[in-house]
Amino acid sequence: MLLAPPFLYALALLALPILAVVLFSFWTQDFMTIDTGFTLANYREFFDKPIYTVLLGRSLMVSGIVTLVTVILAYPVAYFLSFHVAPARKSLWLFLITIPFWTSYLIRVFLWKVILGYNGVINSGLVGAGIIDEPLSFILYNVNAVIITLAHAFAPFAILPIFVALEKIDRSLIEASRDLGETRISTFFRVTLPLSMPGLVAAVLIVFIPTIGDYVTPELMGGAGGKLIANMIQTQFLQLNNAPMGAAIAIVAMTCVTAIALVFVGLNRRWLRGRG
Amino acid sequence: MKGAPLRVYAILYLLFLYAPIALLPLFAFNDATIIAFPLKGFTTHWFTDLAANTALRQAVGNSLFIAAMTAVFATLLGLCAARAGAMARFPGKGGIIGFVMLPLVLPEIIVAVSLLIVMRQVLGLNLSNWTVIAAHVLICAPFSIAILNGAFQNLDPSIEEAAMDLGESRFSAFRLVTLPLVWPGIVSSLLIAFTISLDEFIIAFFLTGANPTMPVYIWGLLRFPAQLPVVMALGTILVALSVVLLVIAELFRRRGLARAGIKDTGGFL
Repeated sequence: MLLAPPFLYALALLALPILAVVLFSFWTQDFMTIDTGFTLANYREFFDKPIYTVLLGRSLMVSGIVTLVTVILAYPVAYFLSFHVAPARKSLWLFLITIPFWTSYLIRVFLWKVILGYNGVINSGLVGAGIIDEPLSFILYNVNAVIITLAHAFAPFAILPIFVALEKIDRSLIEASRDLGETRISTFFRVTLPLSMPGLVAAVLIVFIPTIGDYVTPELMGGAGGKLIANMIQTQFLQLNNAPMGAAIAIVAMTCVTAIALVFVGLNRRWLRGRG
Repeated sequence: MKGAPLRVYAILYLLFLYAPIALLPLFAFNDATIIAFPLKGFTTHWFTDLAANTALRQAVGNSLFIAAMTAVFATLLGLCAARAGAMARFPGKGGIIGFVMLPLVLPEIIVAVSLLIVMRQVLGLNLSNWTVIAAHVLICAPFSIAILNGAFQNLDPSIEEAAMDLGESRFSAFRLVTLPLVWPGIVSSLLIAFTISLDEFIIAFFLTGANPTMPVYIWGLLRFPAQLPVVMALGTILVALSVVLLVIAELFRRRGLARAGIKDTGGFL
């Protein structure tokens, strides 16, 4: 009974709207009105014009690299929190990690521009220290800048699920492995890492899927060559006033992300089973 | 000490997380229009400019209204879901809760475009603060549910039953017995939903009406270099405000867990 309000709310404002997007993607924009004849024209245009597939490919690559970087950098922090921090201080650490994530996203992204820019913190620091003569230009207005900024923005998302999975590991299993003669490193790879896999998978999904939908970071940091598929969706809806095309792009992007996520989860499951 | 290298790494990682935010106050009080080093001198006039900007004040007002409404509705939905999740058992419960939590992992742009299509093209509504509120409730509800789940987790359903056996109605049993126990969780959920909504840009940019929200207004300012120090000043105030809200939310969340009698396992998520 009580689940009804949130369920109906999500049904009305999530499931039905997504169905509407699917429907729209099969219609076409006819100047000011929508032509509701069923057609695959939008999808044909998507795969015919290289711009769309290039943007999608770049988006998937950026999301993939961001996910990899975020998760690899986050794992040791989560491990440290779970195994080396006194229980009483764990929530303070977690709180410190989550604070930056709650503070003005737009301004945080903009500040990366200040850090990475031509006269930015890094360049003026390096030039001032005499390490380089000319400011580095490969760190702003390109894909690298987008990756750095997104990896920063999604860091807490990666740490928390891994931390939770590590917390659940029965510590006596690790002791048992050590007693049976495994080294600390082989214990990590044969006991701790496989047992923390659910958290790792959750971290990968919770970073990979949302990053595809961000248009702020590529818009501010990406320059001309760093735009992503979400920028195209935004342009179709808000500037070109072509909702059906935007809908089709959104559907293709979402389908690709979901497919990749499912393949990843499937492969992971098979790997874990193969070991067990 | 065996965790020493890891500790150094974790501290460096924290510095990396805080690096951009640490720059905010530096430039907010810097007496130069260009946001770059070296710093020029101390001034507070970006803050006075900020106070004089009526368009911005209006945007802040809109955002505060949206955030307050979102906090209330998301928390109400969260209460329903968390209570049902903790106390009732029925087939399909996991699936339904999973569906309600879905916005947590959905790309925000998908939520934004799907609601834009429904509001504008299907229902023919004009975009307003309420369209933003509708969307923000959707994305904040999972956070509220997660927080309130913590508060409800160890609540024994039999204490509410006992109150009803003793003659209280179902509602007054909830009000007199359950509510006081989960109250800290409610405050924490209100504050978190408020903070998320206040800061949300991706969806608000699609659904905002003639009156922009604060992040949408900031987005507009970012294109004008002369306005950037004012944005830094605003950012400094926002960061200070959200830190205060989050500290209060965290204190309430912990108190809630203590009341429910469970060990703190950390974080909001």
